[in-house]
Amino acid sequence: MKVLVAVKRVVDYNVKVRVKPDNSGVDLANVKMSMNPFCEIAVEEAVRLKEKGVASEIVVVTIGATAAQEQLRTALALGADRAILVEHNDELGSLAVAKLLKAVVDKEQPQLVILGKQAIDSDNNQTGQMLAALTGYGQGTFASKVEVADGKVNVTREIDGGLQTVALNLPAIVTTDLRLNEPRYASLPNIMKAKKKPLETVTPDALGVSITSTVKTLKVETPAARKAGIKVSSVAELVDKLKNEAKVI
Amino acid sequence: MAILVIAEHNNAVLGAATLNTVAAAKQIGGDVHLLVAGAGCAAVADAAAKIEGVAKVLLADDAAYAHQLPENLAPLVAGLAKGYSHVLAPATTNGKNYLPRVAALLDVDQISDILSVEGADTFTRPIYAGNAIATVQSSAPIKVITVRATGFDPVAAEGGAAAIEALAGQGDAGVSAFVSEELAKSDRPELSSAKIVISGGRGLLNGENFQMLYKLADKLGAAVGASRAAVDAGFVPNDLQVGQTGKIVAPDLYIAVGISGAIQHLAGMSSSKVIVAINKDEEAPIFQVADYGLVGDLFEIVPELERQL
Ligand SMILES: Cc1cc2nc3c(=O)[nH]c(=O)nc-3n(C[C@H](O)[C@H](O)[C@H](O)COP(=O)(O)OP(=O)(O)OC[C@H]3O[C@@H](n4cnc5c(N)ncnc54)[C@H](O)[C@@H]3O)c2cc1C
Ligand SMILES: Nc1ncnc2c1ncn2[C@@H]1O[C@H](COP(=O)(O)O)[C@@H](O)[C@H]1O
Repeated sequence: MKVLVAVKRVVDYNVKVRVKPDNSGVDLANVKMSMNPFCEIAVEEAVRLKEKGVASEIVVVTIGATAAQEQLRTALALGADRAILVEHNDELGSLAVAKLLKAVVDKEQPQLVILGKQAIDSDNNQTGQMLAALTGYGQGTFASKVEVADGKVNVTREIDGGLQTVALNLPAIVTTDLRLNEPRYASLPNIMKAKKKPLETVTPDALGVSITSTVKTLKVETPAARKAGIKVSSVAELVDKLKNEAKVI
Repeated sequence: MAILVIAEHNNAVLGAATLNTVAAAKQIGGDVHLLVAGAGCAAVADAAAKIEGVAKVLLADDAAYAHQLPENLAPLVAGLAKGYSHVLAPATTNGKNYLPRVAALLDVDQISDILSVEGADTFTRPIYAGNAIATVQSSAPIKVITVRATGFDPVAAEGGAAAIEALAGQGDAGVSAFVSEELAKSDRPELSSAKIVISGGRGLLNGENFQMLYKLADKLGAAVGASRAAVDAGFVPNDLQVGQTGKIVAPDLYIAVGISGAIQHLAGMSSSKVIVAINKDEEAPIFQVADYGLVGDLFEIVPELERQL
């Protein structure tokens, strides 16, 4: 079966971003960019399904600027077969992204679509669920285990109280959580091979999708800093402070 | 127009985050209606009707909603939403699961995880693991929003007397089925709403050593949490993870034990009232947010702390 994986180019998770002085957003100039960590897990899961003989082809897609080709090449080096860049320079809301992905799903007809649960820049946690609504497919979000068998996919999900398993008809949408797998690194020979794999570029216009949004960002600010605390020198001092100064125990 | 809040529950008990979500709705202004969708959940609707400030409870009691599968729940909510200005759900794993599906069915954007209400169409929310706070304005005809519980003091669970109106179920969408659930059992308070939280990290070295934290927690009436590293290493189950991509907590007292303080962890606990850090590395970033830091070996400090309490 064909698996579609959606990946997003985001600021690297090690970077502590700074808010721009004019409060219009965060400063991304000269900041290291990477594939969203949850998307790395999505690519890895697709590759493992292919290694198990469950998946026959892996198509990776991103919606972003030209530079997002880097993340597509990374996914190709990790084992994806083919890549699609939906080229658009501005940051889009999750609904617009889901609509563009729906257009790609209509064209590619994958049996399984794997996304990250959350992009670590917007922290939206919406796109997979929205794509599921637009396609009418079942959704297995926050997955820590994915098993495909008999025309269904069983997804074990990380929920607030523990774990839940659901069975979804195929085609289905899965979003990854941290414990699904540990992504591999791309080997040098595979990075070289990835340069020759097909990468197609399309535009939102060509997909016939309207990408307007109903949400406007008015300003972006640095959160209030906590005031500096103190170091205590003993357990006795700590207990005294908690009882008599902070009065929390 | 009225505001629709979706209740969090397990068919037997109303989830605490519902009360914070109603608080957010009241700040927006307008009548608040609460939807209880589940199976055999009449007791939840009774509890919901007592919540202060709730004008009406809608009860959709149907087998299709037993596990709140989003494929079944989202069409019900989207159908009801058309009569409301706002639809709010708590930003629990459950709310995060079905509400974006509702938003897409309504063809509107969702605003995730709001921290405050600045006006009926304007809200703040964290981005980049809480390193920035965005103020966003929505022009959507129906505003679909998940609410971060720690941003809003809960309304009283008692004091209301809303009418309960039964709704017909809309059946099963036929694309998904519940298979099983493994829920953690604990006599300790719930992590997300506990007054005191004690979290352990990689410094605990293994799962057995968490017993030290459980003993301390029982003495303090606290909940136990963990860093991602402790969960990934299998020391504790996933539902204990605190952070950007785990649970958000803001207790009166948070004690971080053997946790370095990565930004992803801080994102989940830095709104706590008082933070204590116990770490052998005096340079650990956790000390930058700690009100009281104690540098030293946790294997000596934690048992000593338990003795002295
Ligand atoms: C996409 C993504 C999402 C993430 N989401 C989360 C999240 O939600 N929550 C989260 O917590 N992390 C999250 N992380 C991981 C995060 O980046 C850190 O890796 C993690 O928080 C580190 O956990 P830790 O502090 O337990 O381990 P470490 O960073 O290894 O720190 C261990 C600490 O223990 C101390 N220590 C060791 N032995 C002792 C001792 N005997 N006595 C006292 N102190 C001792 C050490 O000095 C050290 O400071 C995420 C990462 C990514 C990429
Ligand atoms: N611009 C994008 N291009 C491709 N996939 C995306 C994009 N934005 C979000 N996604 C996918 O949706 C997931 C969740 O993102 P979000 O809903 O924005 O938190 C990501 O991990 C990706 O898999």
